[in-house]
Order: sequence, then C-alpha cells, then structure tokens
Amino acid sequence: MSGAVVDPRLHAARAAPKRRMRLSWSDPKFRAIVWQVLVVGILAAIVAYLVHNTNKNLAARHIATGFAFLARTAGIPIGEHAIEYDPATSTYGDALIIGIINTLKVAIVGVVLTTIWGTLLGIARLSKNWLLSRAAYLYVEILRDIPLLLQLLFWYGLVQTLPSVRDAFAVLPGVFFSNRGIKVPLFDWEPAHSWALAAFLVGLIGVIAWSSVASKRQAETGVRPKTWPVALGLLVAFPLFVWAVLGAPFQLDMPIKGGFNFRGGGTISPEYCALTLGLVVYTAAYIAEIVRSGIQAVPQGQWEAAGALGLRPGAVLRQIVLPQALRVVIPPMTSQFLNLTKNSSLAVAIGYQDVVSIDQTTLNQTGQAIEGIALLMAVFLVISLSISLFMNWYNARIALVER
Amino acid sequence: MSAAMSMTTPTPLSNVAPAIVLDKVNKWYGAMHVLRDVTLTVGQKEKVVVCGPSGSGKSTMIRCINRLETHQEGKIIVDGTELTDDLRALDTIRREVGMVFQSFNLFPHLTILENCTLAPIWVRKMPKAEAEELAMSYLRRVKIPEQAKKYPGQLSGGQQQRVAIARALCMKPKIMLFDEPTSALDPEMIKEVLDTMIGLAETGMTMVCVTHEMGFAKKVADRVVFMDRGEVVEAGPPRELFDNPQTDRLKLFLSQILKDH
Ligand SMILES: Nc1ncnc2c1ncn2[C@@H]1O[C@H](COP(=O)(O)OP(=O)(O)OP(=O)(O)O)[C@@H](O)[C@H]1O
Ligand SMILES: [Mg+2]
Repeated sequence: MSGAVVDPRLHAARAAPKRRMRLSWSDPKFRAIVWQVLVVGILAAIVAYLVHNTNKNLAARHIATGFAFLARTAGIPIGEHAIEYDPATSTYGDALIIGIINTLKVAIVGVVLTTIWGTLLGIARLSKNWLLSRAAYLYVEILRDIPLLLQLLFWYGLVQTLPSVRDAFAVLPGVFFSNRGIKVPLFDWEPAHSWALAAFLVGLIGVIAWSSVASKRQAETGVRPKTWPVALGLLVAFPLFVWAVLGAPFQLDMPIKGGFNFRGGGTISPEYCALTLGLVVYTAAYIAEIVRSGIQAVPQGQWEAAGALGLRPGAVLRQIVLPQALRVVIPPMTSQFLNLTKNSSLAVAIGYQDVVSIDQTTLNQTGQAIEGIALLMAVFLVISLSISLFMNWYNARIALVER
Repeated sequence: MSAAMSMTTPTPLSNVAPAIVLDKVNKWYGAMHVLRDVTLTVGQKEKVVVCGPSGSGKSTMIRCINRLETHQEGKIIVDGTELTDDLRALDTIRREVGMVFQSFNLFPHLTILENCTLAPIWVRKMPKAEAEELAMSYLRRVKIPEQAKKYPGQLSGGQQQRVAIARALCMKPKIMLFDEPTSALDPEMIKEVLDTMIGLAETGMTMVCVTHEMGFAKKVADRVVFMDRGEVVEAGPPRELFDNPQTDRLKLFLSQILKDH
C-alpha cells in the first residue's frame, strides 16, 4: 500500500510514441500490407476469369440469365406443403417458398429440441451417479463417431418398419404412430383463439415491463417485488379470461383410423420425423460436450465465495455461475445451431423436400444453375446470419464480460 | 493432551456469549479422519491465528465454521446459533460470518463495485445507492476506491485480495475468517494485505485466521492454535507458544517454518 504498488496514474501523462512504417521487408507492418494487396489482387483475377467464362458458356447454350423462371409453373409434386400448392398451377417461386418453410420447420424444431436434450445429456455427464454419467459418456462418444448421413438412413429405415395404418400404435388418445408418420389431433382454430393469443402477447409485454419496474423498485428500496404472481396473471389468467368471455370454444379434429389411411387430424411425415430425430440425436452429442465444459469452466471457488456471502444456491446460479458458463457456451453453441441447419440439407438422402431438394429439382428442370445456387446460398446465408445475430445479441445481453 | 486441551479455554474478554464454539468436532473424508475432537472457543472480538503443517485440517476446520464443509460429530455454535441442516440457521450464519480465501475468488464478470454490492443487494435487500455508498466506504478503507469500475482481472493479486476483504466487510459480518489470505501472493504484495488485516483487527473485529505469517500472529493474535493431523495440539498467546513450545510436534513445525522464512 504505502509505496508497495506504484500508482499507474503517475505515469500516464505522456502518450506512447507512434511507430513509423519502414519500406523494408523486415518491417512486419510493411510485410502485412504487401501480403494483403497480393491476396486481394489474386482473388479479383479469379473472379474476373469466372465471370467471363460463365458469360461465354451461357451465350453458347442460349440460356437466358435472370430470375424470370420463378414465375413459371413448376409441376414438381410436393408431399408436404404448409401453404396451398398445386403442381399444375403453382410456380417455381411457390415451390421454393415451401422448401424454405420445410427447412425452417426442421431447423427451428431441431435447434430447440437439441438444446434441451443436449443440456440434459451434458448435466448427466457430470452426474455423481456412475451409471448415468457413463451412459451419457457412451452416447456422446458413439454418436459423434458415426457419420450423420448413416444415422439419418438408420432413423428413416426404423420409421419405415413401424406398423401399417391398420395396426398403428395409439400412443395417446388421438396420437398414432405408423409407417405413414405420426398422426395428431388438430385443433379447430377460431377467432376466440386468436384473441386469446393476442391477450397472451399483450401479457408478455406486460411481464417484460413489470420486470423492469421490479428492477427499478429494487434499486430504490432494496426489496424486489414478486414477479411470478404478475406473470401468472398476465400470461395464464388473462388469456384464459379472454377465451372464456368469447364462449370458450374447444373443438378437436381427431384422426380416425380408416382401412388404408387416416381421416382427419394432422400428419407429421415419416421423412420429417426421421430427419429431425436424426439431427437432434446427433447434434445433442456436441451440445452435451459444450454444456459440460461450460459448467466445468466455473470454478468451485465461485460457488463457495458466493455461498459464504449468504447467497442462496438459486441466486448463485443466476448471478454468478450462469453468466460465466454462458460466456463459454454460447459461441460454440451458435456454431452447432448453424451446423444443424446446414446439415438439414442431407434431407435429399431420405426424400424430405427441403429447400435444397426442391431447388435441385428446379435447377434440373430449368437449367438455371447459377440462379439456383445463388438463391440457395442466399437462403442459407439469411438463416445463418439470423441465428448468429440472435445469439450474439443474447450473448451481449446475458454474459457481457470485460476483462 | 489434556494439558493442551485446557489451554484452548479462552481468557474471557467480555462476559457475553462466545463468538464461536467448537465442541469435540469430528470430520471424515471417506475413511480419512481429518478433524479429531477439535475443541476451541473464540471469544467476542478475539483474534485467533491457526497454524500447522500442510494437510493438518486447518482449512477444513475454518470452513466448517461457516458450513462450507459439514462436520459429522460434535457441535459448532456460531454467535449463539448451532450449525445444523436447518437452512434458516445457515442463512443466519452466512450473513454474520465473512470469509476470505487463498485464491481471492472474486467474481470475474462483475466490476469491483458490483462484487462488493452483490450480497448487500440480494441478501440484505439494500437499495442500490446505499449499497454502493457502503461499498465505496469499504473500498476506501482498503485503499482502492479508484479501482471501483475495473474488473478483477485488471487488478494485481494484492489489490484483488483487498477487494475480497472489502466485499466480505460489506455484509457487516461480526466474524471474519481468513484461509491463508497471503499465501498466493508475491512477497511485495503480502504487506499491503497484512496491513489491511491489522487495520481490521484494530476495529475490534472477531477474527480467525489461518496463516504462517509469524510477524502478523505476534502483532495481532490473542491466541495461536497449532493443529497437526486433525488435532488441536497446543493453543496459547503467541509469545508463549512460539518461545516456549511444549510438544515435539510444535517444536518441529516451528523449526521448519524458521528454516523457510
Ligand atoms: N474435498 C476433499 N476430499 C477428500 N479429502 C480432502 C478434501 N479436502 C481436504 N481433504 C484432505 O483433508 C486433509 C486436511 O485438509 P486441509 O485442506 O484442511 O488441510 P490444511 O491444513 O488446510 O492444509 P494446507 O496448509 O495445505 O492448506 C488433507 O489430508 C486433505 O488431503
Ligand atoms: Mg488449507
């Protein structure tokens, strides 16, 4: 204290001198600039060559460039379409949009399920229960070592060995497993449901507003007002109230077993099941490792120090452990989400019509190879960038760390 | 042994209940018996220094006092509250006992100020402004108020340990525990931390401190406790203990310490 440490402010008065670059190969700054100029030059030359070559080839084959083909009738049969689609009248544009939706269906459900399953596995891996931790360890080791394509083919084969419609498993009332996929009851959507949903969204905004009020009140008085009764009221009671006032309609469209197929209800196709299941089961092995290393990255001393200060275990987890673990976990997690999304293009192998599969058919039928590839790249770029942006935002919000 | 035990009875500094009572405390790690019938009473405002060879159970004992470790036999009473499985008792103890660790254990993702205000805000339910004022007053006391906005990684070891002391003091504990607070520090930083601890002792804080800093023990301690193989072997005022050791184990230990320093 007294003179033991030198106060850094005493020495901060003079600015550090600027270094000049010398035009010499032994100067690292000069070298870096030369390399950069060289690399950019070579890249530009390659691109120029490719563009020139392509234009020449296209002209020779009389292929018109541009995206006009998107408005032409597609004639591609598509089994699974979330929007109206008729091969006789719908366009290539419609077909590609359905492909994008199909890809997103796999990516979004896959990311959510793989996060949950992978986190459970990662925690199991650290469990004090010998059997559980060994089992999780084996799962991770085995699934990481088998190529994903093989796993997808395996799951698809497995789904196809399910019994036919006539002998379908009834798992729950109205839920059937068969080689035609999974049948579920559908819900007759009525305006009352839309209003209830709107009430829920309003409630969500209310909860966010309330939690910021709670933080402010805590800063002022020290006591944090309870959040959960307000959340329960706004998110559950309020939408239920709206739904009840509008007559509480509730009508299910149950699937009914017919001779060869079901009548009514909604279908999850065998291809979708196999693809999503395969991707989730495979990617979860990586997520498990990430979660494990994230938890282990927070030293025991952090728990002890926070506990010694009187913080309860729940508060220690929220205030101390999670922010530090998430800082380690989020970047590799993001790259696994991207991997899952990109790996969904293996759909081609099991006949699920994702954007890649539909784009490929389009490309074969129209010959617009460059546009097809460009579209596909744009689609994946947008999806990937959205995931990255969201994860970066989340990271900055929850785990902002300056060291 | 019985002579040694009688020395652990404290000289009553005041007539109120003792701050800490350990009564025949036993602890095992698996088959290893790490605390053997440890009996020790620490009076209000008393300063006790604990020393002993590596692995003798000093950390284990001090960590039992705020229940970072649990004992299996015997009784521990801190400020009138017995340590049991009861969670309310645990909450009470944790609020009243501050602890400083060998490896600082600051929270790396929080600023120095946030490290200090975290517990007052979340445990004592203190308004933020008040907690920050309190934290600044303690940071001034450990002589680093200008570092408040920095992160732990940007501070030297000695500064980090002083922050750790300030952080514990912000909970206004009645008792402070130190587990080798200077042994992870470079020699030139040991003094600044010891000076802070001496300043704290002068305010009348009850302190239990595991350390091998004999100068500090002589200056501050009312009593020194020597542990070996899980037992309290000798205890008494520092001069008596260091100048006139009764047991061979303490003689051996002191000769080794003197050789090292
Ligand atoms: N978590 C644990 N599991 C098993 N054994 C432990 C554990 N913690 C400590 N021990 C053992 O208990 C004994 C006492 O350890 P303790 O840390 O209390 O010693 P110490 O006197 O603080 O030593 P040091 O001076 O090296 O810090 C040692 O033999 C140690 O190996
Ligand atoms: Mg120790």
